[in-house]
Amino acid sequence: MSQTKLCVENVSMMFPTPAGPFAALAPITLAIPQGRFVSLIGPSGCGKSTIFNIIAGLLEPTGGRVLIDGMDATGTIGRVGYMLQKDLLLPWRTVLDNVILGMEIQAVPLRIARERALPLLQRYGLAGFEYLYPSSLSGGMRQRAALLRTLLFDTDLILLDEPFGALDAQTKLQMQEWLMRLWSDFGKTVLFVTHDVEEAIYLSDELHVMGTRPGRIVATIPVNLPRPRVRTSALTPEFLAIKERCLQLLDVNPTSSERVNEAA
Amino acid sequence: MTVHDGSTAGALAEIRLAEQTGGAKPGARAVRRLPVQKDWPLRALVAAQVGILIGVLSMWEIGAHTGWIDAFFWSYPSAIAQTMAIFFTTGDAWTDISFTFRSTIFGFLLGTTTGSLLGLSFWWSRNYAAIVQPYVICLESIPKLALAPLIILVFGIGLVSKVAVATALTLVVSTLTAYAGVKALDPDGEKLFYSLGATRMQVFRKLVVPFCLPWIISVLRVNIGLALTGAIVGEFIASQHGLGRAILYAGQTYDIALVWVAVLVLSTLAMVMYATVSWLEGMLRKGVRQ
Repeated sequence: MSQTKLCVENVSMMFPTPAGPFAALAPITLAIPQGRFVSLIGPSGCGKSTIFNIIAGLLEPTGGRVLIDGMDATGTIGRVGYMLQKDLLLPWRTVLDNVILGMEIQAVPLRIARERALPLLQRYGLAGFEYLYPSSLSGGMRQRAALLRTLLFDTDLILLDEPFGALDAQTKLQMQEWLMRLWSDFGKTVLFVTHDVEEAIYLSDELHVMGTRPGRIVATIPVNLPRPRVRTSALTPEFLAIKERCLQLLDVNPTSSERVNEAA
Repeated sequence: MTVHDGSTAGALAEIRLAEQTGGAKPGARAVRRLPVQKDWPLRALVAAQVGILIGVLSMWEIGAHTGWIDAFFWSYPSAIAQTMAIFFTTGDAWTDISFTFRSTIFGFLLGTTTGSLLGLSFWWSRNYAAIVQPYVICLESIPKLALAPLIILVFGIGLVSKVAVATALTLVVSTLTAYAGVKALDPDGEKLFYSLGATRMQVFRKLVVPFCLPWIISVLRVNIGLALTGAIVGEFIASQHGLGRAILYAGQTYDIALVWVAVLVLSTLAMVMYATVSWLEGMLRKGVRQ
């Protein structure tokens, strides 16, 4: 029986535009238990990043509130690890100093922060690169460094916004395995956004499919495949059934395909 | 007579005809070779450069002695060399050099640091930036040298007024460049910092400043030149010392040789300062790695 780590209660977002208020998010409610890996999938413009910004406290929702560990955390920053699509590694800092950024901002003494970070860098594939600069790293390694920075920030809840979107297909698969290993080692609660349906099903315990205009949750699908996940599970009938359902929801959803064409 | 019917036979016939007539047929292509430049060896280049220098100086000297060139208005190399020796031994060379150098350096340092801090401060508040911006642009458009007589009047004829003119020239350049850096900042970078719970001061110290440093460093070379110009113009207007004053005085007393001497010394000073600042920029770039 796990506690609810994150509760998004009736959160909605309206943006004022010259043409009148634009409903980016219809009221959304999510309850995510501790230690779960939950994915959000949906077409572009369905408000995934808006939800993340609201949960991270970077945006005040027009309605509703965000509860972390049962306490109201709406609009407060520094409570969750948030990894954006870009790795945002600072080019003037070494990989080690980049990875400890979160701890540094939280006033952890540098020596201790570095001591905590070094074993992680070594264990998770960045050994030998600690004192180099981000320009020496490949795309996959940069994402790893950014993920480690998010992890070392030491919050229980982590938001990952399409972290592997910019990687080539093979690196992406390697990074998924790496992320699974990391997740099972640390037991964090993860909220993962992606466009890749297979990736979402492969990694998660639960999927929320979203629709656009306004952004809302169209369906919630539990993924009960056994863990640890193996690549061949992507070929099992259960997996394929879930995938088919997702694709159905994403295609048949009238707002996704037709409205996008309208806007274009 | 070739047939333009798109057939292969027709096309082959056309090519054969073009070859025979040397490509003179309209629509056929001329055959050219890639233009290639062969690089001279370094010795040849240096020899040419030295040769030009010696050639010009000799022609000048000979011209002055034979009367081609008016020796009074142009002077000649040997007179200039003599005057240079006098300038350095019994003249004010070192006082003047020191005066100009000090006013340049102080103006450079003051203008660059104040300007950069001002530009960086625009990050703190968009409202404050919007309010101050038009004033900065106005100041940028005014030719600062036009303000020099006013500055001299206010600050007197000592070192301070020259420093003030040099500062006026360098400050606005640094402000605008630092501000350009601030505007180029990726807002996602700020987002990252705030998501980690950073205060504004932390974002400023750890993100804004390191990010804008390359911008600030890139104008150092421009600023040293501007500071020197400011110092010299200030000396032209009113000064007791300095290389600019020496040039003016020599000009007014028709001591053309001394004019050349002062100009040469000034040029050397300028080159030394420029080279030093370039080296400094190189060092800073390595320390600031982007």
